[in-house]
Amino acid sequence: MEASEAKSKKQGASRLCCLCNQRRAVLKRPKTLQQICKECFYDVFEEEIHQVIVKNHLFKSGERVAIGASGGKDSTVLAYVLSELNTRHSYGLDLFLLSIDEGITGYRDDSLETVKRNELQYGLPLQILSYKDLYGWTMDDIVKMIGLKNNCTFCGVFRRQALDRGAALLKVDKLVTGHNADDIAETVLLNILRGDIARLSRCTSITTGEDGPIPRLHTYAYFKKLDYFSTECIYSPNAYRGFAREFIKDLERLRPRAILDIIKSGEDFRIATSTKMPEQGTCERCGYISSQKWCKACVLLDGLNRGLPKMGIGRARGGVNGDHKMETKKPASATKSIESKKCGSLDF
Amino acid sequence: MCSILAMACNSSGCESGSCGRDKENGRSKVEEVKEESVCLKCKSNEPMKFGDGGSDDGRFCADCFRSNVYGKFRLAVTSHAMITPSDNVLVAFSGGSSSRVALQFVHELQVKALKNYEASRDRSLPVFGVGVAFVDESAAFPAALSGEMGDAVAWVRSTVLSMSPPEKDLHVVPIESVFALKLLDSVSDETGKEDLLLHLKMLSLQKVASENGYNRLVVGSCTSRLASHVLTATVKGRGYSLSADIQHVDARWKVPIVMPLRDCVWQEITRLCHLDGLKTVELARHPQSGINDLVSSFVALLQEENPSRECTIVRTAAKLTPFYFNKIPETDDSCVPMATQRRLKKFNLKYDGSMTTEAFCPICNGPLNGSDSSEGYHESDNTLYAACCSSCRFQILPQDRSSLEHFGSLLPHHMVSQAKHHQKVDSQTYLREKIKDCLLMDDEEAEAV
Repeated sequence: MEASEAKSKKQGASRLCCLCNQRRAVLKRPKTLQQICKECFYDVFEEEIHQVIVKNHLFKSGERVAIGASGGKDSTVLAYVLSELNTRHSYGLDLFLLSIDEGITGYRDDSLETVKRNELQYGLPLQILSYKDLYGWTMDDIVKMIGLKNNCTFCGVFRRQALDRGAALLKVDKLVTGHNADDIAETVLLNILRGDIARLSRCTSITTGEDGPIPRLHTYAYFKKLDYFSTECIYSPNAYRGFAREFIKDLERLRPRAILDIIKSGEDFRIATSTKMPEQGTCERCGYISSQKWCKACVLLDGLNRGLPKMGIGRARGGVNGDHKMETKKPASATKSIESKKCGSLDF
Repeated sequence: MCSILAMACNSSGCESGSCGRDKENGRSKVEEVKEESVCLKCKSNEPMKFGDGGSDDGRFCADCFRSNVYGKFRLAVTSHAMITPSDNVLVAFSGGSSSRVALQFVHELQVKALKNYEASRDRSLPVFGVGVAFVDESAAFPAALSGEMGDAVAWVRSTVLSMSPPEKDLHVVPIESVFALKLLDSVSDETGKEDLLLHLKMLSLQKVASENGYNRLVVGSCTSRLASHVLTATVKGRGYSLSADIQHVDARWKVPIVMPLRDCVWQEITRLCHLDGLKTVELARHPQSGINDLVSSFVALLQEENPSRECTIVRTAAKLTPFYFNKIPETDDSCVPMATQRRLKKFNLKYDGSMTTEAFCPICNGPLNGSDSSEGYHESDNTLYAACCSSCRFQILPQDRSSLEHFGSLLPHHMVSQAKHHQKVDSQTYLREKIKDCLLMDDEEAEAV
């Protein structure tokens, strides 16, 4: 394989697209090793996403669908492609952009500008929700309190809930995110490394939370973006996910299809029926879905508000979810009682 | 399965750091170890310092450390009926630390059995037999290994000789005895080549075991090795068959494989070798630049960050459903002592809900997922291509379909016949086991129907 690859690289400069045989080939798909031109790439890419949507029956005509939009490459592409396909194939969907402002100065401000531009460019109404409004804390505040470790835990948990609450506000039927194959592969590895068998069994599903307040969809972009110009969150270098990400980058260099192979493995794992799995219930404090007495966001928030930054990090050894008695203390800050409102009943 | 691992790791003498108490988030600093003045376990002897920069140094005395490691070995052997009095056990010995410890422990077990036998009045329980197999891979790495191999074999021979009584036969198996060397050249993928060599190595071990009357093959794989395997299997798309490879017992082969050191970590094994002066030989290989090496480096990196990571990885994978062949099959063989038969029955009760499979990949012997084998298969396709798992199709079989015929002819005959033998026999046995309480007719009558 290596010899023939080198040979075709040399010939690449003058090669024609192997799909249309008219235009000059400008890139090679890692997945299939085909050399194709820009226009065919767009066509193939968009067609694949359309096929994923159709094969998995992701949408029904007339549904209101929110697109989780961060302003980054994945969600921008998702917003563009989805609105294109909606028109082209008449999905009959009502599309919205939903953006979350975590309050990270110098990072989120820029990407939010992109989303605002997307609103105009694609003609999709935009809703922005901030951590400040929802929880009373920005990520900058949180990092000031807890330091540079475990920030991603807070941010990830809060954002997931924020997206759900935003979706409830917009009264949408489905929420779509731009997770791509790399993200899912990282998640599979992470769950193996950290012993999270429950998440391991769920993370390769294309849709999650069917029984929850708002079903969420992960659309795979089966093809990786070649344009790698994306700024990293300033707090991310310390995340454990970084280990998995580095490894996957190295792995991809050796064998590009390994990323899809990881996802395939994740889909093929069969969890032993004797394994204890968490049961889905609701949070006693805010009504969000939770497998424990309090959802993770409430536990983390409570810790922040009480000046106990380690609460909710590491194994539960007491505290709300470990205790038999539950404290019903009101949060010290945040006079708005948004966080205690049941998801789905938010009125602004 | 999982509980045995947890039990072993959480026993008071566990050397593998904070095993069982997984830290959820990243960078935990290595806790500063207090200077212990007495062994944490027996509270009388002086703790042993290995000075190797590993975790938990200087906490246990030499005796407690050793008995902890041996204890995990013995627990694995008894609870999975790995070695019973009537067995003839072949120990795969590579010269490395893990198999050296496996060989040592099996020998100690045998010595004890001999002692009991000689002391007992009725001599009812025989002493199990032990043989040693060493695979000579020099034909596959001619430039690198040929020089050292002669010395290595001589050293292996003297080591085995020193481990008697009871006497043990040594079988030196040249790897080319099971395949034509051109086979490796036909594989272009680096990782595929490494993996094919591993499969061929197992084939040669199986061959020498069955030809010499052994009924168990002991492999010294430890937790650390299995942790790497979990990750390599995942990244190669082998998530379905992964659980088959990481249990204590793997009976899909003609001679069942047992892994009594599965619950011991690499650090314990190397420390034990150091403590007891167990010599090992490390054969230089040609540099491996494939996925397997990448994963080993990755795991080493993770271990630095958290010394119990390997345990967590294997514990997670242990929650995947094992296969029906991941246990020593029950037998009506009258040679097997009743106690063993009872223990097997009791243990096998826990195996409800294990996976069944109809077919195995002829190259890696991995159980095939129904949908997997039919993927991309067309009627006109070569039968070898159709029979293989998607991972072997990609990394081992030649990419251009026209060379498949030739490649198939180079494969050892055993590879294809071994798989066929098992798929027919064991799924029948498995099914019968499952329903035997409901069967009204005995075997012969059922056959006639």
